[in-house]
Amino acid sequence: MSLTQPNRPSPPSWKSALTWLRRNLFSTWYNSVLTLVSLWVVYQGGRGLLVWMFSQAQWTVVQVNIRLFLVGRFPVDQLWRVWLVVLMMAAVTSLTAGILQSSRRGLMGVGLVTAGAVGLVPLFKGQSSDIIWVLAIGSMALVNLGLGPMLKARLPSQRLSRGMVTLWVLALLSLLWLLLGGWGFSPISTQQWQGLLLTVLTAVISMGLSFPLGVLLALGRRSPLPVIRTLCIVYIEVIRGLPLIGILFVAGIMLPLILPSHIQLDDLVRAICGLTLFSAAYLAENVRGGLQAVPQGQIEAAKALGLPPLLVVWLVILPQALRSVIPTIVGQCIGLFKDTSLLYIISLVELTRISRTVINQPRFIGRYAEVYLFIGLIYWLVCYLISVGGRHLERQLGVE
Amino acid sequence: MTETNPIIVATEVHKWYDTFHVLQGVNLTVERQEVVVLMGPSGSGKSTFIRTLNALEDFQQGQITIDGMELSADLGNIEAIRQEVGMVFQQFNLFPHLTVLQNITLAPIWVRRWPRSKAEEVAMQLLERVDILEQAHKYPGQLSGGQQQRVAIARALAMQPKIMLFDEPTSALDPEMVKEVLVVMRSLAESGMTMVVVTHEVGFAREVAHRILLMDQGTVVEEAPPEQFFQHPQEDRTKLFLSQIL
Ligand SMILES: Nc1ncnc2c1ncn2[C@@H]1O[C@H](COP(=O)(O)OP(=O)(O)O)[C@@H](O)[C@H]1O
Ligand SMILES: [Mg+2]
Repeated sequence: MSLTQPNRPSPPSWKSALTWLRRNLFSTWYNSVLTLVSLWVVYQGGRGLLVWMFSQAQWTVVQVNIRLFLVGRFPVDQLWRVWLVVLMMAAVTSLTAGILQSSRRGLMGVGLVTAGAVGLVPLFKGQSSDIIWVLAIGSMALVNLGLGPMLKARLPSQRLSRGMVTLWVLALLSLLWLLLGGWGFSPISTQQWQGLLLTVLTAVISMGLSFPLGVLLALGRRSPLPVIRTLCIVYIEVIRGLPLIGILFVAGIMLPLILPSHIQLDDLVRAICGLTLFSAAYLAENVRGGLQAVPQGQIEAAKALGLPPLLVVWLVILPQALRSVIPTIVGQCIGLFKDTSLLYIISLVELTRISRTVINQPRFIGRYAEVYLFIGLIYWLVCYLISVGGRHLERQLGVE
Repeated sequence: MTETNPIIVATEVHKWYDTFHVLQGVNLTVERQEVVVLMGPSGSGKSTFIRTLNALEDFQQGQITIDGMELSADLGNIEAIRQEVGMVFQQFNLFPHLTVLQNITLAPIWVRRWPRSKAEEVAMQLLERVDILEQAHKYPGQLSGGQQQRVAIARALAMQPKIMLFDEPTSALDPEMVKEVLVVMRSLAESGMTMVVVTHEVGFAREVAHRILLMDQGTVVEEAPPEQFFQHPQEDRTKLFLSQIL
């Protein structure tokens, strides 16, 4: 160990880079061998991929079909409604992020992403109105990220959190209004929600619904009332014993056969039900782990203050339990997002399904690799964003 | 006894853990503003008994009345009783996800339905009283054990209870922090709070308690004012216990 001051990073130079290399990659002979072998493997695999990507791949399939990937057959003249939804969501999300944590790096990140997105628009043969939307969304996010800390300093925390909850509820309601139409807007059928739009919507809505359900199941599983406890255990264990694809099959194909014919459930509603019921069972088990980690002393202290049982759960047990399981819940969000790719079996045209449509276009027969690489990148990007957001949340709320 | 209006009356309290007879007919009467210290070897049932007084433990036989309210089996009035009885635990049990101030104002706001401003004002007064005002916005994890226990006392006092129960409040503390907690407890006793304290702090018992009880194997073996308890114990069991702790 060196005895230099730990707080001051040494100035970057080729010398310190060499030291870093030696310490981390070539510290022993077998480490050196490992490093060299890995480099060779990365080079061999990476070279092939890069050569293919830049000289053989024909990306026009993505360029031409970008709208199909993102929103499918959403009416083109109504696309501004989707943009508006994105703008709104960016606004509330960035405001929330700014309130939870003010960070220069967040501002820089949003700036970079916006710049990158603006650059992508011409690459995908977008119009100037798309650039304006992207710029509006980016600047809205930037402003709100800056606004968050100011609001936090000015307003009492109670009012702030109440205001934010109201804002979120309003945003979600207007999201549904904008996308479904009615009350002044031309109605749009959920069958026209497709592509990434559909993937994100089903994932977010299912996760949002499975959260309260999962928490209730977890609490019910620990209930002193045997009937409730047994029901919860049976539900959780049955669902966890079934594959998602089977549950979706039941929800999508069996349900219409079982239900009386005058009840017509929207495909999307059925999909969301299936995903929610599935996800809630896993969430319940994750939350149960968190509930078990809350020490008995906490519950006794809360009871001793005269708090009735529901408030003990709400004010003392749940906040601690949920904080301790943020990482597993984030993992579950990521899983659920990817699981939406199974929705094709109930004929929903989400991101994966629409890629098949694209590949079947006569002009692009056989362009599997480009298309799947592209949607793979999209899946990865969204999952990575969830993961980063989760880590921030964890750092912000984590109980040590 | 000249006084006639006791605030705690426990008669012939029996409790079993399965087949283990942990409380074997405990009797205790506490007058208003009285400070009672419970002593006794580990495992004698002190914690179990003191926890029956605010219904953290149930019991199978006997009767307990707190300020005229009977702790009955159906427990409809359980929260009403707990609001009158504050409790301080050996392990502090502060809520780690809330600041010191939020810990103290939680129950007044949600149970007593005070407006936040009033709850915070009272909390600040209490923090000043336990000499820890400057830590109001820290989290429990950032405080020393002694500070945490003083916050725990303030949290219990914020509900303005009529009785305070202490279960070995200094046993989990490093020696140098015991005193600061005892100082707070002593001033609380001087202010006229009714207190039932399980402790092995002989100095505190001698100077602050009005009465000391020795518990052993689920019963009260001896009950006397401190002077007599320490100088002239009647029972052999008490003499043995005192020889072990003095
Ligand atoms: N939940 C429980 N189940 C079974 N036995 C218990 C339980 N809690 C305490 N006991 C037993 O009851 C006896 C009294 O415990 P306790 O009241 O904590 O004693 P003290 O506080 O005097 O040390 C001990 O022998 C202990 O092992
Ligand atoms: Mg004990």
